[in-house]
Amino acid sequence: MEDFVAFDFLLLEIDFIVTTFAIGKGNSPKIFDVGVWYFCLNGTSDSGISVTFVDKDGEEQHIRVPVGMSMLEAAHENDIELEGACEGSLACSTCHVIVMDVEYYNKLEDPTDEENDMLDLAFGLSETSRLGCQVIAKPELDGIRLAIPAATRNFAVDGYVPKPH
Amino acid sequence: MQNVVILQARKWFSRSLSSFSSNPLKVCVVGSGPAGFYTAEKMLKAHQQAQVDIIDRLPTPFGLVRSGVAPDHPETKIVINQFSRVAQHEQCSFLGNVTLGSSISLSELRKLYHVVVLAYGAESDRSLGIPGESLKGIYSAREFVWWYNGHPDGRNLDPDLKNTDAAVILGQGNVALDVARILLRPTAELATTDIANYALAALEESSIRKVYLVGRRGPAQAACTAKELREILGIRNVDISIQEVDLRLTPADEEELKSNRIKRRVHELLSKAAAKPRTAGLNQRELHFVFFRKPDSFQESEDRTGHVSGVHFEKTVLKGDGPGKQIAIGTGEFEDIKCGLVLKSIGYKSVPVDGLPFDHKKGIVPNFRGRVLSDTSGDPTLLEEGLYVCGWLKRGPTGIVATNLHCAEETVLSISEDIEKGMLISSAALPKPGREGLLQLLQDRDVRIVSFSDWEKIDSEEKRLGSSRNKPRQKLSTWDELHKAALE
Repeated sequence: MEDFVAFDFLLLEIDFIVTTFAIGKGNSPKIFDVGVWYFCLNGTSDSGISVTFVDKDGEEQHIRVPVGMSMLEAAHENDIELEGACEGSLACSTCHVIVMDVEYYNKLEDPTDEENDMLDLAFGLSETSRLGCQVIAKPELDGIRLAIPAATRNFAVDGYVPKPH
Repeated sequence: MQNVVILQARKWFSRSLSSFSSNPLKVCVVGSGPAGFYTAEKMLKAHQQAQVDIIDRLPTPFGLVRSGVAPDHPETKIVINQFSRVAQHEQCSFLGNVTLGSSISLSELRKLYHVVVLAYGAESDRSLGIPGESLKGIYSAREFVWWYNGHPDGRNLDPDLKNTDAAVILGQGNVALDVARILLRPTAELATTDIANYALAALEESSIRKVYLVGRRGPAQAACTAKELREILGIRNVDISIQEVDLRLTPADEEELKSNRIKRRVHELLSKAAAKPRTAGLNQRELHFVFFRKPDSFQESEDRTGHVSGVHFEKTVLKGDGPGKQIAIGTGEFEDIKCGLVLKSIGYKSVPVDGLPFDHKKGIVPNFRGRVLSDTSGDPTLLEEGLYVCGWLKRGPTGIVATNLHCAEETVLSISEDIEKGMLISSAALPKPGREGLLQLLQDRDVRIVSFSDWEKIDSEEKRLGSSRNKPRQKLSTWDELHKAALE
């Protein structure tokens, strides 16, 4: 089992490296990757969790996010285009993300009133919407997939149709 | 003075020459609020060769983020960091103190640039058209907001807050809640914000104890959002008054709430506040939510000639059905509220400039996804080539900062589509003078441009003045002060 997990990480990591080099993005990918390889081979999760962002065009970006870091910060560190007008101070709704799998959504703490106040104003709100600045990486969220809602067209997640609000 | 202009013109000119050998797309965005800056940002991303100039009639950028967002909402203003990065982009320029319609006409601008995007918002107000509206003591909420936010055109409003204990605010949207909160909030809490110093002084001496927020319709139709409502319901030392009978929902209301998450949550908050035991008399100040009243006329004071002394309201009931379709109908029963200050928060209004098609009924520029249409017939083929709109001028005066993000995305997408389809004269086929031409023309007219680095001088001076008073900044709020700080 332990081996399997490590192997799984390895695959993800290869995927990540390929993606990183293919698109020519990422912060110092070499140094980062060496660290990730080390932790993968040791079977620990100290290197953070695996997170996939799906952008407006449906393109996927796989990143690793240290435990304790918000998805907004993680997106910005990895040059992923997630708006963050108020820089995580819970005063706007621009870092709105849709958790693509309900199981992962249910692993999150319920949104506070303040977050809900902002979600009220989010564009393309869905049943599994959250603010990226309020989703903090923790081990249970390893493998979470987050969609960035498109502004200019309707958006559906794996057959899920957002309800009108 | 002229030297400064020439110097800057040279700086821009040499920068432009060194950066571009081909004929880049020249874009001018009019207005530097959220709609203008998001448009510039999206343009620069979508067209990496484009040169984008943002002009504004004020010497200060950021539009309503500076002069609209309440001083006690500093988090909402953080977006200025993002806009500043856009202004500092090497292909972007901010040109303040340039007024469309007087410094330069729209047709001149369209000759200078391939693309002109109008994002100058709504700088006027809807009016009620009822007797007594011009009495002293009656202002639009916009004027009051400009006053406390240090807008150079709001400086002289000087509202009298000392000769009355009551203020009536007409409207129940977020702007209405903002002005109510500023009137009610303990001034010690405002003292550490960037509120204009003269406004803080006036509020410290204010005798207003009762604020009435009046809506024509009911709690299910209130236009505010939960965040603003939660905030005002939580102000220290204020008694909240809501008639529980007003909160009863009709089947039509329930239908309306079912399909609208914001309205549902607003109604819940109001219901909770109404159910709270009253602490009448213990607090110094009162906030009254008044529903189902429409203003009929304003009453003139007997001892202060020409000054308002109250509002005459007609009670209303709702007629019609369907979400958002219920309208308030007068019942013929009347009621007065005595007050010495009235703030009308019933909507902003855009103002057209010469040569711009305008839909006076809707108060917007007729457009198809941001493309300006030649008339209001709605025919999407009658296009004004190279002319676009974004923000309140495009869709009317509603929404929050982030609404403009999507609005700008749509307008920029339309521009990109038009370029691809060859509907715009290509920049290669017809080079346009853009910034250099504009600078030349403004120099000829002796217009004093305020560049982004000039604004940074204003910015640092305001921060310097603020730091000694434990404020994030103390705004310079006269044209003279602003020009002096920018150009010395």
